[in-house]
Amino acid sequence: MRSTTNIDEAARVMTICNACRYCEGHCAVFQAMELRLEFNTENLDYLANLCHNCGSCFHNCQYAPPHQFNLNVAAVFADLRQENYAVYAWPAPLGRLFSQNGLWVSILTAIMLGLFMAGGAILTGADFFAAHPNQFYGVISHNVLVTLFGSVGIFVFIALSLSIRKFWRAMSLPSPLSLDWLNVWTGIKAALSLKYLDGGNGQGCSYPTEKPSMLRRWFHQATFWGFMLCFAATSTATVMHYGFDLPAPYGYISLPKFLGILGGLGLLVGPIGLMMLKLQADPAIKGRSNGGMDTSFLVLLFGTSLTGLLLMLLSQSSWVGPALCLHLGFVMALFLSMPYGKFIHGFYRLIALVAFAVEQQKHQAVVGVVEPDPDMIKVKNLG
Amino acid sequence: MNISSQCFDVVVAGGGQAGLIAAIVAAEAGATVCLLEGAPKSYRGGNTRHTRNLRPMHEGPLSVLSGVYDEEEYWDDLLRVTKGKTNEPMARMMLRESAGCVDWLEKRGVQFQPPLGGTLHLGRTNAFFMGGGKQLVNALYRWAEGLSIEIRYDAKVTDIAFENNRFLGAYVGDEWIKGKTFVAAAGGFEANVEWLREAWGPVADNFLIRGTPYNRGELLKLLLDKGAMQIGEPDQCHAVAIDGRAPKFDGGICTRVDCVSLGIVVNKDAKRFYDEGEDFWPKRYAIWGRLVAKQPDQIGHVIIDTKSKGAFMPPVFPAETASTIEELAIKIGLDPQTLRETVDQFNAAVQPGKFDHTELDGLATAGLEVNKTNWARPIDSPPYSAYSLKPGITFTYLGVGVDQSARMLMSDDTLSENIFAAGEIMAGNVLGEGYLAGIGMTIGNVFGQIAGREAAKYALNN
Repeated sequence: MRSTTNIDEAARVMTICNACRYCEGHCAVFQAMELRLEFNTENLDYLANLCHNCGSCFHNCQYAPPHQFNLNVAAVFADLRQENYAVYAWPAPLGRLFSQNGLWVSILTAIMLGLFMAGGAILTGADFFAAHPNQFYGVISHNVLVTLFGSVGIFVFIALSLSIRKFWRAMSLPSPLSLDWLNVWTGIKAALSLKYLDGGNGQGCSYPTEKPSMLRRWFHQATFWGFMLCFAATSTATVMHYGFDLPAPYGYISLPKFLGILGGLGLLVGPIGLMMLKLQADPAIKGRSNGGMDTSFLVLLFGTSLTGLLLMLLSQSSWVGPALCLHLGFVMALFLSMPYGKFIHGFYRLIALVAFAVEQQKHQAVVGVVEPDPDMIKVKNLG
Repeated sequence: MNISSQCFDVVVAGGGQAGLIAAIVAAEAGATVCLLEGAPKSYRGGNTRHTRNLRPMHEGPLSVLSGVYDEEEYWDDLLRVTKGKTNEPMARMMLRESAGCVDWLEKRGVQFQPPLGGTLHLGRTNAFFMGGGKQLVNALYRWAEGLSIEIRYDAKVTDIAFENNRFLGAYVGDEWIKGKTFVAAAGGFEANVEWLREAWGPVADNFLIRGTPYNRGELLKLLLDKGAMQIGEPDQCHAVAIDGRAPKFDGGICTRVDCVSLGIVVNKDAKRFYDEGEDFWPKRYAIWGRLVAKQPDQIGHVIIDTKSKGAFMPPVFPAETASTIEELAIKIGLDPQTLRETVDQFNAAVQPGKFDHTELDGLATAGLEVNKTNWARPIDSPPYSAYSLKPGITFTYLGVGVDQSARMLMSDDTLSENIFAAGEIMAGNVLGEGYLAGIGMTIGNVFGQIAGREAAKYALNN
């Protein structure tokens, strides 16, 4: 069990919150907190990953600074998440990439862009600035692309899986085979609908300002579903290529294009919206240690989408070479940063929400519990 | 001296719920309004910041409230807790008006908490603010800003000009703020330790103040000095027993200690002094402030054993724990021998029965000078835990008299022409004694609306 200043501060804050409980209606964090008397590393990592950093509990807190109790749940959990992302990372030494994350993601992106541009130019020589009958496969062949992204994809998949497994175990969840799938479904629904970005009653959370707003939820949905549609576009194309011998490029009226364009638009609108909200948001709730992680992830998503759409528009022109290499540079940087950047938050959030569904169904704490406490009763402060 | 040329239709002193509502209602009626909040922006909202719910009457399901809570039931509750110290026509009018509170607030951006699975049955009588009273405060300030109400922070009224029952203007330090009407909504005096000492004597030095340090009752004193009718007595206050380690001011809800009915409470001489199991804790917690205030040094210690662990709301400060009663006594500064004897006598006096904390189980002691009449289990399973208790003052009852239009009454029974009062500063008109969860916010809400309406009407007609 690790002991850090973030853990100590989170335990201090949660002890006060647990004696107050006014925020219980806002989100899962407080409902999960109420099932506990004591806070330890595991249950604090769990609570931190249930938190969406929306700030409602900060703006509505009677003990927020300058009060001497100095409560800021949103900020302390932001810092704790940054810490536990590193703790659960695989391989462990790469966990340190989570500090100064924005810096290394930027460097990685620049390197990838440079490598692909250079590689593309070397591979095609004088034809780098020429149109190709085979469009982008004329620049870099299908087999090279598959080999390159396939091998990186396998590494990313392993790194993500092992990080997720470590977190899963810390959340005291049983093996996936013996899970109650109804709870899993409840967790998935809460994650996919961003249930806890609604402020607790559908009016929205206090983000970017103290005034309740649904903007963050909508922009996050645009981002998430934009990503999923792009993923679906690639998957569909793979199936069409290998299953039906229908290789790219595809026309505008085709499933991959349809999914990709829609997803690409989501990945333009979503990240821009989230970035604008982030700039307006109260700095008090942001925590101290994000290190540009959120921003670099949004920029990567936006860059991937923008260059993807550009490539589509330019694929028959003489600019297809540079456009492809630019796009591939962004995609590769996004791939490589997945296990060591903001991307990971989705998995941990989902697992925490599944654990939350399990606990709510049992009316009992599960995460971080040595022995269950059957005597816990649920009571309400009148104020 | 700054002399503003503007004469406001309505000047409101106090930026908690009552003052905010009065200001908003007046502004919505077309009046120009200046709201004077004595605290800095970060501490705005008076004790509303520490509240959680209000208690509206309803003839059927209403917003987040289930079932029916009608005038008769509400009146019975009020009569019971005040022991008749209320004004029936005014109170009944207020109960009826309270039916519109939730809707009024929701229309102005205040959010209520939908019932959560597994919580108590309070979904019928009490509407909970999402996130607590500060959410209401924030929403109403946003609404007030949207109405172009002039809001001043750090603006404590230091004097008022008053002539022939008529308000002329208020001073905030050197600044003169002229108004056609005045709404006094600046709360009670619970944070004024000197004033509490006048009423209670030196024991007041050991009181903790649960709410805002800005409720010093300066405006209340000004009004009383200028001939307002006094309601209630200065030594009347809502006092609960809270953790002795709580901060002097502003500890709020989290400092309460909810295990009294599960254990025994001793004073600094390690002796018990009151029946800890007289009734359910929510019905008794408000008498324990006064009980502890009467003990030497105004301190008590609640002692439980491990059987009670987890069976009450977790306190904000950790308990002192020990594996023996003697060791615990030393840790909390009591005489080990005496505490041992107190616990032994208590344990020996426990009669057979079945413990059930969800009902008055009649599990009692017999033959003691002070018996415990329910939930009396022997204190015999280590580790033992102790929490210290001190009186925590929630609010004071002393106030100014008003009529049903929230107009302030003078001590000669005449009505002030253009001064209105709302909130804690006049709550004693309805709630002369005792407390019902959410009643303070209900009084502030209803009288805030009445005061705003009447003040605007007067100002716009004169």
